Amino acid sequence: MITKKTNHLRLPFLLLSSACSAALLIFATIAVLHAAPRIPKPDANASREAFLEVYNVFTSPRCQNCHPAGDSPLQGDDSHVHLQYVQRGKDGHGVYGMRCDACHQTANLSGEHMPPGNPKWSLPSPEHKMIIVGRSPAELCRQLKDPKQTGGRSLQQLLEHVSSDDLVGWAWDPGTGRTPPPLSRTETVAQMKIWIDGGAACPQ
Amino acid sequence: MTSFYLNGKSVTVDDDPSTPLLWVIRDTLGLTGTKFGCGMALCGACTVHLDGNAIRSCVAPLSRVAGKYVTTIEGLSNDLTHPLQRAWIEVDVPQCGYCQSGQIMSAAVLLEQNAKPTDKDIDEAMSGNICRCGTYSRIRRAIHRAAELSAEKRSS
Amino acid sequence: MSRADNLSELKHLPPAASTNKIARREFLKTTATIGSGLCIAAYVPELAARSVSNAPAGATVFAPNAFIRIAADESVTVIANHSEMGQGVYTSLPMLLNEELEADWSKIKVEAAPVDPAYNHTVYGIQMTGGSTTTPSEWERFRKMGAMGRLMLIEAAAQKWGVPATECRVEKGVVIHTATGKKATYGSLVAATSQLTPPANIPLKDPKQFTLIGKSVRRLDTPSKTNGTAQFGLDVRIPGMLFALVARPPVFGGKVVSFDAAETLRIKGVRAVEQIPSGVAVIATAFWPAKLGREKLKITWDDGANANLSTTQMLADFSKQSASPGTIAKKTGDPASALAGAAKTITAEYDVPYLAHCMMEPLNCVVDLRADSCELWTGTQFETGDRASAARVAGLPPEKVKINTTLLGGGFGRRANVASDFVVEAVHVAKVAKVPVKVIWTREDDLTGGWYRPMWHDRFAAGLDASGNPIAWTHTIVGQSILTGTPFEPYGVKDGIDSASVEGAADLLYGIPNLQVDLHSPKIGVPVQWWRSVGHSHTGFSVEGFFDEVAHAGGKDPYELRRTLLASQLRMLAVLNLVAEKAGWGKPLAPGRGRGIATHFSFDTYVAQVIEASVEQDGTVRVHRVVCAVDCGRTINPDIVKAQMEGGIIFGLTAALKTEITLENGRVQQHNFYDYPMLRMFESPVIEVYIVPSEQNPTGVGEPSVPPVAPALANAIFAATGKRIRRLPIRTADLATASEAKT
Repeated sequence: MITKKTNHLRLPFLLLSSACSAALLIFATIAVLHAAPRIPKPDANASREAFLEVYNVFTSPRCQNCHPAGDSPLQGDDSHVHLQYVQRGKDGHGVYGMRCDACHQTANLSGEHMPPGNPKWSLPSPEHKMIIVGRSPAELCRQLKDPKQTGGRSLQQLLEHVSSDDLVGWAWDPGTGRTPPPLSRTETVAQMKIWIDGGAACPQ
Repeated sequence: MTSFYLNGKSVTVDDDPSTPLLWVIRDTLGLTGTKFGCGMALCGACTVHLDGNAIRSCVAPLSRVAGKYVTTIEGLSNDLTHPLQRAWIEVDVPQCGYCQSGQIMSAAVLLEQNAKPTDKDIDEAMSGNICRCGTYSRIRRAIHRAAELSAEKRSS
Repeated sequence: MSRADNLSELKHLPPAASTNKIARREFLKTTATIGSGLCIAAYVPELAARSVSNAPAGATVFAPNAFIRIAADESVTVIANHSEMGQGVYTSLPMLLNEELEADWSKIKVEAAPVDPAYNHTVYGIQMTGGSTTTPSEWERFRKMGAMGRLMLIEAAAQKWGVPATECRVEKGVVIHTATGKKATYGSLVAATSQLTPPANIPLKDPKQFTLIGKSVRRLDTPSKTNGTAQFGLDVRIPGMLFALVARPPVFGGKVVSFDAAETLRIKGVRAVEQIPSGVAVIATAFWPAKLGREKLKITWDDGANANLSTTQMLADFSKQSASPGTIAKKTGDPASALAGAAKTITAEYDVPYLAHCMMEPLNCVVDLRADSCELWTGTQFETGDRASAARVAGLPPEKVKINTTLLGGGFGRRANVASDFVVEAVHVAKVAKVPVKVIWTREDDLTGGWYRPMWHDRFAAGLDASGNPIAWTHTIVGQSILTGTPFEPYGVKDGIDSASVEGAADLLYGIPNLQVDLHSPKIGVPVQWWRSVGHSHTGFSVEGFFDEVAHAGGKDPYELRRTLLASQLRMLAVLNLVAEKAGWGKPLAPGRGRGIATHFSFDTYVAQVIEASVEQDGTVRVHRVVCAVDCGRTINPDIVKAQMEGGIIFGLTAALKTEITLENGRVQQHNFYDYPMLRMFESPVIEVYIVPSEQNPTGVGEPSVPPVAPALANAIFAATGKRIRRLPIRTADLATASEAKT
């Protein structure tokens, strides 16, 4: 569900490269700030609509596969349960000989179906699982605003997580054969900002 | 040149640092107990220990192990006395045997961290290792048995 | 005699010398026309065995026949003519031999036999391993070989002591003169024994005297398989050896039009890129540069005639073809009239896909080709064929080709390839490499490389009488012939019926008075091959699944109906009753669980299984417990029998739940374990195996536990959910409950 307004807003970002380098991110953030005066001050409706955009990103396989409902990560564009019955473990990094880094290196390996990689490759910790799979937009929205579920992260800190966390950034550089999220990282951050600035309104 | 420790001995190789450790171990260093099954970290036949943790050597670049300690099945014991080896022999786990180096290396990490694993622990620790001959029920039995043997050793 | 019975004789029965003579002569004729110089020796066990000395030149050893070597250091080497691929023959063959030799078991070592007619299969007439026949076919010969050794050792000791041999006995590798207590170890008698002539008459023990056969002796190969020392083909390294990977056509039968190796040759370690008949070989100093180099090759292929093959299309074609009867394989009574007059009729169609063997050790072969010799190291199930094929490619007589059979990291039939594909290709690579070379297949090469279990379609109709008993059964089978065009064709294909296509169907044990089984054998450009349990791997599923449907249609308990219709099949009835009792058939189950039952007779062995399973909301099948009863005649090593049952059950579950090979545009769609997944530890059920004690001759063990798995599971799923599974692999989406399917 994309309104005319948000479509309009997306245009400058689409013109930008979707690459995730820090420099571009800063540029994009400036662009957002510059663009801001041209649109009405975000309101609850805009906020809700922006959240739905963010929701589509969060529930894309690249994000939700590591935010499963159970304790096994998911794999692939079809979000199937990780074939090797991988478990979250006490620190989100797996159990026994099945630690994430048993297979996942610090960078993607070349070739389709080769293990993707990142230095921080892991699931959220068992204390704050940040489940995305199976959450409705309203549920996920409320969850993001509940510090008990986010490990005390404020909305600004969540924005930070999405905009600059290295592991989150992997989603936009997922290696051969994996579909990236529907919005670029820059667009996602912009929509998240609209959501937060408009009062972090939740869809009903 | 990359140097690391293989089964306690320092080794230096001049393979490209991106070469998977598996092929350095097998082709360059000639230790063939570590097996090739899929090349994508899907089957576990190539499991070795890196500083005590299990890794799939078929996808780990040589550069990752520089200066570190790698243990292969050949380094588990030199006389078949590791409790897992004793249990494997007692239960007669292997059929074709090809996957068993990897199975044992995965099981070794499990027992190192959990002296008395439950069936669920075994499921979680061992589901990365495929056995086409279907020895899973014996692997399970042998891990339980190895835990007993380790306990006996500790108490004696 | 039905075709299936005929094949059964070929494949599974120990030789009764007179009945097998003709078959062997036929085989000789056929193989001779292949022109590969296959060595066929008429089977006279004692003579054949004596024709070869396995003694190394100059060594002082006692080698009375091809299968034993005793050295002065007391070591006893058993030469195994069947390959060890997990089935335990490197333990069971020595057990057979040493039951009679009575050497010290702890001194027994095993060595793979070279290729020689002395080591030919006692039934097949060539040197090979397959058909679950190792123990049945060697049951007599290996005991005789052992007895020959013991008699000669006793004779040597008796002559030395000047006493009658009849006054001597043996105990754990020592000859003892009972009266005087004089002792001589086997090792000490080596020189003296070597002067003796083997006895003509070799009596065997009464089974009541067995001390080794029937015991769960630990496997001799386990220690080497727990410390990395077991040597598989992939582990062989010879001086000066290079490594090679081959780029093969993406479509079966495709050919290289042209290739550009410029980028490949730039990779450090790549030594050469050469075209060979099966593709383009990249030869390098190690596996990894060869693999990187292959990725950089630019090849233009001519896809040839199979470029449009599609399994989706084949599925539809097979179903259409099955609507009309094929060539009759078996007919009793008047099935058409019986169906027409039945109180109730039911019909169903069953489908199974192509399947890959997918051994954990991918195919490989080391070749050292010289001007006047060729030496190979490989894990093979097919020595005679491989040697003949290698000789043909090398341009050498077969006796100049030496094959070293290594341990096999799984076989399941793939390593008994009638075209010796992986051996032939490796010799071609060696010819262009001009140095010793090891050709390695990757997992992707293995899965896309063909020689699959055929895809099958089965159409059934059954007629029930007013009380719900089946009185008519028709079964139309559609699928490629495995045996046509192989050396086994004269045995197994008669009047258009490949017995391997209808085994387990045409020899139905159930007493149904009006029966017809017929067959269509379409010719399709996908290479097919025997795959653990061969034809039984599809008929087990379809026949036992449809039987369950018949039972339910007639309002009968599936176990009780089987009992009724197996009343005259006493051995099958016994395993059926045993499995039902052990599984607690009819007793209450945990909510959501269902129990399924199936029986199957294959490789002369009777198996029955009960599976407990449940289905989760998302359609995921959970297999909780598998109970298996087996009658395989006398068991040589009960624990090995149990291990084979357990392994076959996991193999069968993987086929039922996980795997299929499909083709679109002629291209195989599966590549590695991510799309050809295997059952894993967390999905592995509790398995219980019960062996029916028997004094009958031993029968097959490696394969017979596979066929009943899929139907027992499908029947359990029906019991749990009311959903009937007629197509493998079982699809989660078909079983997801409505609410789950929507989300």
